[in-house]
Amino acid sequence: MNDQTNKMTCEEFQAQMPELIASGENASAHPHVRECDLCRALLQDLETIAEAARQLFPVEDPPDRLWEQIESAIKQQEPSHG
Amino acid sequence: MSGAALRGLSVDPPRKRMTPSRLSMHTPEGNSLRAAAVTAAEPDGETSPELASTQAETPAGEERSAPEKPPSPPPVPGSDADILARAQAGDHYAFAQLYALHKRRIYSLCLRMVGNVAEAEDLTQEAFLQLHRKIATFRGDSAFSTWLHRLAINVVLMHLRKKGLSVISLDEAMEPTPEEGPGRSFGAPDLSLAGSIDRLALERAISDLPAGYRLIFVLHDIEGYEHNEIAAMLDCSIGNSKSQLHKARLKLRDAMRTIPRREGRR
Repeated sequence: MNDQTNKMTCEEFQAQMPELIASGENASAHPHVRECDLCRALLQDLETIAEAARQLFPVEDPPDRLWEQIESAIKQQEPSHG
Repeated sequence: MSGAALRGLSVDPPRKRMTPSRLSMHTPEGNSLRAAAVTAAEPDGETSPELASTQAETPAGEERSAPEKPPSPPPVPGSDADILARAQAGDHYAFAQLYALHKRRIYSLCLRMVGNVAEAEDLTQEAFLQLHRKIATFRGDSAFSTWLHRLAINVVLMHLRKKGLSVISLDEAMEPTPEEGPGRSFGAPDLSLAGSIDRLALERAISDLPAGYRLIFVLHDIEGYEHNEIAAMLDCSIGNSKSQLHKARLKLRDAMRTIPRREGRR
């Protein structure tokens, strides 16, 4: 990181955040993050949200009647036999 | 969720998450490799004109010129592979078993993507009807759950397009409004999430996101798709996908910092 990176403002850093994060680099090692409490807190929050999202799992079952509807629609689609 | 059973009829996530940082799912190298895979994907011999421009019809992993695989041993009776084989052969009871195995995951996916119970039910129904029509075309080049998952996403995306959620609206959603511009996300450190998030509050905040933000957040952060895959699915640029995901996370952060103070953390 050069001197220009070190002197980055919060706005400049935030403008780069999407690309920095998506690059897979360790954003918390960025010189601005090391110096700036607010941007560090922001980054940590975004990490917390992304981590929590990864832990979400399917929790909803569809209503039982949905299979009846699907079954009925399948029967309508199928050519009649006999 | 366990990342163990990813084959056959497993109902685990469609892909393993290789996470060099907590916020990013991939390395640039991995990204380009996945991009090649996405580019190679094609519909299972029945391209829908509506989807031809987006490659959205093809469940992931079914590639154009995959080398012939050696013949597999016959499935063990009653196993997942056996259920699948019987469903592919037209066994209605086996198809019902497939539905029972995958209904929760597909419904949850639809619900998270559209944020509406009635629509999610319709889309789940449509996904399984499409599955019934296309199941014989599944060649086993990818896990069945991955293939079905992608099929369901395609159904949802088609629905959203018909409703008018276009790339234009996605791009517009990315334009920062005065109150969303850089700097708005700043807050006193004592208002940070402090590393803990209530799952129900997060689910609610996700469902409250604008449609475009929600779509990309769900696809990337929950379902584990890469930006290049999302860009291909949504027919937008990779940069758009990255920016919109970031905005979605910022909005969620705002929501999550508000909810605990209003309702108390659980």
